[in-house]
Amino acid sequence: MTGRWLNIRKNWPLFVMLAPAVAILFVFSYIPMAGIVIAFQRFVPAKGLFGPQEWVGLKNFAYVFSLRNTGQVIFNTVYISFFKILLGILVPLTVSLLLNEVRRSWYKRTVQTIIYFPYFISWVILSGILFDILSPSTGIVNSFLGWLGIQPIYFLGTASVFPWTIIFSDVWKNYGFNTILYMAAITQLPQDLYESAGMDGAGRLRCAWSITMPGILPIVMLTAVLAMGSILNAGFEQVYNLVSPVVYSTGDIIDTLVFRMSIGSTTGGAQYSLATAIGLFKSGVSFVMISTGYYLAYRFADYKVF
Amino acid sequence: MKRSLPEASFSFFNHAFLGCLALLSLLPLVNILAVSFSTGYAASTGKVGLWPVDFTVSAYRFVMQNKVFWNTLVVALLRVAAGVPLNLLLVILTAYPLSKTRKEFRQRSFFSWYFLFSMLFYGGLIPYYLTVQAVGLVDRFWVLILPIAVPVYYVIIMLNFFRQIPKELREAAEIDGAGHFATLFRIYVPLSTAAIATIVLLCFIMHWNSWFDGLLFIGNVNRQPLQSYLQSILTRPFDINQMARDPEQWKLIQFVNERTVKCAQIFIATIPIMVIYPYLQKHFTKGLLIGAVKG
Repeated sequence: MTGRWLNIRKNWPLFVMLAPAVAILFVFSYIPMAGIVIAFQRFVPAKGLFGPQEWVGLKNFAYVFSLRNTGQVIFNTVYISFFKILLGILVPLTVSLLLNEVRRSWYKRTVQTIIYFPYFISWVILSGILFDILSPSTGIVNSFLGWLGIQPIYFLGTASVFPWTIIFSDVWKNYGFNTILYMAAITQLPQDLYESAGMDGAGRLRCAWSITMPGILPIVMLTAVLAMGSILNAGFEQVYNLVSPVVYSTGDIIDTLVFRMSIGSTTGGAQYSLATAIGLFKSGVSFVMISTGYYLAYRFADYKVF
Repeated sequence: MKRSLPEASFSFFNHAFLGCLALLSLLPLVNILAVSFSTGYAASTGKVGLWPVDFTVSAYRFVMQNKVFWNTLVVALLRVAAGVPLNLLLVILTAYPLSKTRKEFRQRSFFSWYFLFSMLFYGGLIPYYLTVQAVGLVDRFWVLILPIAVPVYYVIIMLNFFRQIPKELREAAEIDGAGHFATLFRIYVPLSTAAIATIVLLCFIMHWNSWFDGLLFIGNVNRQPLQSYLQSILTRPFDINQMARDPEQWKLIQFVNERTVKCAQIFIATIPIMVIYPYLQKHFTKGLLIGAVKG
């Protein structure tokens, strides 16, 4: 007992240091977590969060999942985020391997500097850019396609094309930045492996295939496992800015649906409880996926977040 | 070592391919820039490629006359000025205790889980919205600052950096009788300038790029940050005649159109990122990797 007391007496400044952040997270993260009770109520905003609301059990969930629309939206979400995750690993991995083969360091640095940049631009600005360059009448992309003899494509207004516009523009924004991780992993590989392989007559490509690839496989697996957690996260900031009613059939995702049903409702019939129920479904699945991902990463790669 | 023919040709195509990738990242921005310096007529015919057609700065002058643009720009600068120092202070204060070993700080695990769990589970948009409403932050400037005051991911980057500080230095400070606050601010902070620079730049970008909070919680467009205002301009058609409230703007309106004005605003909003980008690039590879790759 005295040991613990001594510990606290010596360490009280540590508690003081943590206090503001603990308080802020309590208000803006933990209270909203408790707010998921709305999903089990017939929520009337006037009565307030945690107010005397009427409890309805799982009725909201039953209703939400009986709508055909919901299944489509979940499918859209998984479809978009699955390909974002897949290409979001394969593209930066490939580019890292190619960059690693460039010996002129100024060239490598220049390419890296340029491809990192889009990562730092917001989806609002990038959406503005995409609307402009992808426009079927005046956009530079369709001008270029026209020059190749291809009919203009309405990238953001065709339901069959829209999800791929989302996937590719997301990969385009992020792949450069994500090469940092793989490039770092490559530079940490032991150099003597390359030297002895070189003495055995292995060429550069052979080395890339037989040393670099297997060498960074663990970090690739790690990113893949950790990315599982975002399978229901198709990217609200991006999709919200680019989606329009004509492409809802393939482009509406859980987050945009939740927003439209509730706070963003333009029809006046905000359905807080239903929207929270869908949101909770997403948070619940994500929680399980992220936790599993972290656990696997910890178990097999000794990855620790803290 | 002499290079074989397949290797030489691979090298050539590799350089060419990577060059194309770089162009793919660069050209959209060059095109936007070219459109913003072209006349409205040239832009509407779709003739502008990578160089302005009928060069003019009318679109920029038109934007400069737009009061809402200036008001929201000021809000954006204020949120950066208030938000980033607060982020940095809280990141440093939070990372220090969490960087301790369990032996040094027995309650560390509890707090680690407290912060980790906030990243694992999200209460959802509606409970979050109602909470912010309940604490009375709606339509207040601080709604842009407080909810994102503790970026937990950056705390992790910082604490991993702190853990690399040699143990001897900490112990020497302790023997000299320095308390935790003194150790943090006199020893840890001066040794962590690279990590601190990274955190400052990342927080700057986080604040500069945030738009959803302003849109969600601030009703008066003049009090929204720039990106929230631009969201309403850039992602839907807008009528340029409605933006022209000023006689100066009416004079310019024949030289601009919706498209050139949008492009000018896109470019202006990107300038701050470009300005800090060289510093960012210098630091982030080093600073970020400590948090990310450590494994």
